Amino acid sequence: MNLTLKIWRQKGPQDKGAMVEYKVNDISEHMSFLEMMDVLNEQLVNSGDEPVAFDHDCREGICGMCSLYINGEAHGPDRGITTCQLHMRMFNDGDTIYIEPWRAAAFPVIKDLVVDRMAMERIQQAGGFVSVNTSGNTQDANAMPISKHDADESMDAAACIGCGACVASCKNSSAMLFVGAKVSQYALLPQGQVEAADRVLNMVHQMDLEGFGNCTNTGACEVECPKGITLVNIARMNREFLKASIKG
Amino acid sequence: MSGLLSSSIAKKVAMALSALFLIIFLLIHLSVNLVSVCSEDAFNVASHFMGVNPLIQFAMQPILIFGVVFHFVMGFVLELKNKKAVGVSSYAKNNGAANSTWMSRNMAISGMAILAFIVLHFIDFWIPEINHKYIAVLPEDPTRYFHELQHKFVNPLRVGAYVIAFVLLALHLLHGFQSAFQSMGMNNKYTKYVKRCGNIYAILIPLGFIFIALFHYITQLS
Repeated sequence: MNLTLKIWRQKGPQDKGAMVEYKVNDISEHMSFLEMMDVLNEQLVNSGDEPVAFDHDCREGICGMCSLYINGEAHGPDRGITTCQLHMRMFNDGDTIYIEPWRAAAFPVIKDLVVDRMAMERIQQAGGFVSVNTSGNTQDANAMPISKHDADESMDAAACIGCGACVASCKNSSAMLFVGAKVSQYALLPQGQVEAADRVLNMVHQMDLEGFGNCTNTGACEVECPKGITLVNIARMNREFLKASIKG
Repeated sequence: MSGLLSSSIAKKVAMALSALFLIIFLLIHLSVNLVSVCSEDAFNVASHFMGVNPLIQFAMQPILIFGVVFHFVMGFVLELKNKKAVGVSSYAKNNGAANSTWMSRNMAISGMAILAFIVLHFIDFWIPEINHKYIAVLPEDPTRYFHELQHKFVNPLRVGAYVIAFVLLALHLLHGFQSAFQSMGMNNKYTKYVKRCGNIYAILIPLGFIFIALFHYITQLS
């Protein structure tokens, strides 16, 4: 298929940036979206132009590195996938595709389609962990009984890969789905109880410091999340936060 | 506790609590107004009771005004913070309809329209009432309320404005009702019932107000 691409190009953080139009031909419907981007970049390099910078790593939907706002949606028009899992069969011959970086004040553009997502890492560092020594004295996983329901809910929350699609999709640039997932992951398990109050207070405090917006429960984040993280996690974070704040 | 009060989650919860307070108030308001459709005398009795009862006048009315003002001020505060969080760059193409409802994305717009309506409503009813009782200090007539109400629904433009405002209120409530529960941390096996109740409430309450406005307009046409 032959496509017209409208891509955000920005030389660096201080550059104003603009949408630039490109044509790519003979794209196979079996290609992934990132492979199509590779074809474009090869074309650009061959013609002596600067290739388009975009994030990618595992290309298996695990690492959370690939981003891209495609035709007005995070990770493109398909559901439950990352951009590397998006196939070109989702598009038609002759289509015009808009490709943009995640947009949020907390995600400044580094170059072209690459944004700085360290704000999410700093939130994680503020409390998204369990302080146990895991080197050499790891207990058997079944030594501590955990209900199936809680284990499943925790595992679902832990599926968050921190890609930032929730922030990019949110009209308020809120990171509450991400933080809610990280808080829930530990709040549901006995190992997470000891630091539960500090965790949620510190992570929410850091989230506010980073300048993310407030959740208005539009639900766009859970629809666009490649890992199916639900709003239940935001509600749990709100409960955990109120509980921790009132207890002091 | 200082962290609690300044946090984004506390603001969301405060917004939700004020919303639930206003949801309960709307139900009471509609119940009293519906009396005007059934009986002129009963409406006058109910209105006079509320107009002279010190508990309602000096305790519940200030709380209500505070609730309304707080909901709007907090709404503006959150909206401004959210605009700042989004930043200066916006998407060249953003398909919001793919993942969320129009109502959920435009709560600020429907909210501002409702605020404009409340200003009109205050000019229509509250300010003349304050003038009657405390500024002009006119003699109290327990039978005046029904005719004052009817008089406001003679002008078709005003009736039209009321109908439009209540349609926007319905849109606001369609998202706001269930959103308030989510903000307070309630998302569980009962959420589907909360959403159903919210949808029924969001349609029936504004429809009730629209019915009352149209009823008084139509009954005065002849």
